[in-house]
Amino acid sequence: MATEAHGEETGGLEFHPLDQFIVKPLFGEAGDPVAWYTITNVTLWMALAVIAIVALFVFGSRGRALVPTRTQSIGEILYGFTYKMVEDVAGKDAVKFFPYIMTLFMFILFANYLGLLPMSFATTSHIAVTAVLALGVFLTVTIVGFVKNGAGFLGLFWVSSAPLALRPILAIIELISYFVRPVSHSIRLGGNIMAGHAVMKVFAGFAAVAAISPFAVLSITAIYGLEMLVAGVQAYVFAILTCVYLKDALHPSH
Amino acid sequence: MATETENAADAAHGAAEAGGAGMPQLDFSTFGNQIFWLVVTLVVIHFVLSKIALPRIAGVLSERQGTITSDLAAAEELKQKAVDAEEAYKKALADARAEAQKIVADAKADIQADLDAAQAKADAEIAAKTAESEKAIAEIRDGAIESTKEVAKDTAKEIVAAMGFSADARSVTSAVNARMKG
Repeated sequence: MATEAHGEETGGLEFHPLDQFIVKPLFGEAGDPVAWYTITNVTLWMALAVIAIVALFVFGSRGRALVPTRTQSIGEILYGFTYKMVEDVAGKDAVKFFPYIMTLFMFILFANYLGLLPMSFATTSHIAVTAVLALGVFLTVTIVGFVKNGAGFLGLFWVSSAPLALRPILAIIELISYFVRPVSHSIRLGGNIMAGHAVMKVFAGFAAVAAISPFAVLSITAIYGLEMLVAGVQAYVFAILTCVYLKDALHPSH
Repeated sequence: MATETENAADAAHGAAEAGGAGMPQLDFSTFGNQIFWLVVTLVVIHFVLSKIALPRIAGVLSERQGTITSDLAAAEELKQKAVDAEEAYKKALADARAEAQKIVADAKADIQADLDAAQAKADAEIAAKTAESEKAIAEIRDGAIESTKEVAKDTAKEIVAAMGFSADARSVTSAVNARMKG
């Protein structure tokens, strides 16, 4: 990158806002090739998300207290929140997908917040991760739709309330929008997280210049606060969109 | 310092990374790694949640709901019992009051009857005594009249004798009787 030469010249102002996203092996040399089984920083931070989820939901509720402890209470609130969301948005018969949606929601939520720790690695900022999540939802929804409704699932694209002449056009639009779903679903999450982290890194680079460092530090603080919000909201958006798609699969009629 | 090491690392394999054109997200060589670990992570989380955490939390929540419901039912039952007890107490109080009133009325009636009987008896006694007394008085009065007659006859006889006449007893008696009547 051009910034390398620039950094050597001035020795101060360096911009590597995207270096934080580099996937690298946890052990061994930095330049080692990354095979599919290599233990990388991705592995580390996903494992930390798993540990945090287990700590909250398994160890937090191990007392099975009738009057919950603080940790158990948080777990119960997240459980109740997600359960109600699935029930309200996707319908009562979608409750059997609740563990699946809970898994997605909790993984994204914890990965987003763990990614906000300084020096950490945001796994959900990678399009490879969010694309797999979104494709998983897309495939699940499509398969469930066809298994539950058979060919009736295609009624999702046939807007029976529209005038007959418009229906083929609407069907094409609906079909396109259906296949665009996983793209928007994944890029919305990955893009949001990546952009926030990159912006913070840019301001962190500015902080090296004494004249604007107070402004840069204040900006990082403000953006960090915003990113705290975004981390939660994006996880919620992903989960609720999954519920919406699931509702379409279970009840394809418009 | 972290950026320095990262920078050094970057510089060390700068040539290798150059293929990524700056965006690590588009470095396809790492996709396999990320996808593999993501799938492992999701499977682990799904297993932990669906086998351990979610059933446990659901159990705790329903148990709590059950406890609250049964506690509320018990409270309702106890409240009903309290209401019943209060009613029983009020009924007992009313019964006792009625009983007491009945006893008072009975006692009053008994006393009244006793009083009436005693009064009747007393009245009868008084009447008997009065009759007796009247009889005695009548006898006394009769006796007194007889005595008076005797005394009058004797006195008349004596007076007649003293005046020198011998008085016929019968005529004296008839004269006294005639006077006494008048």
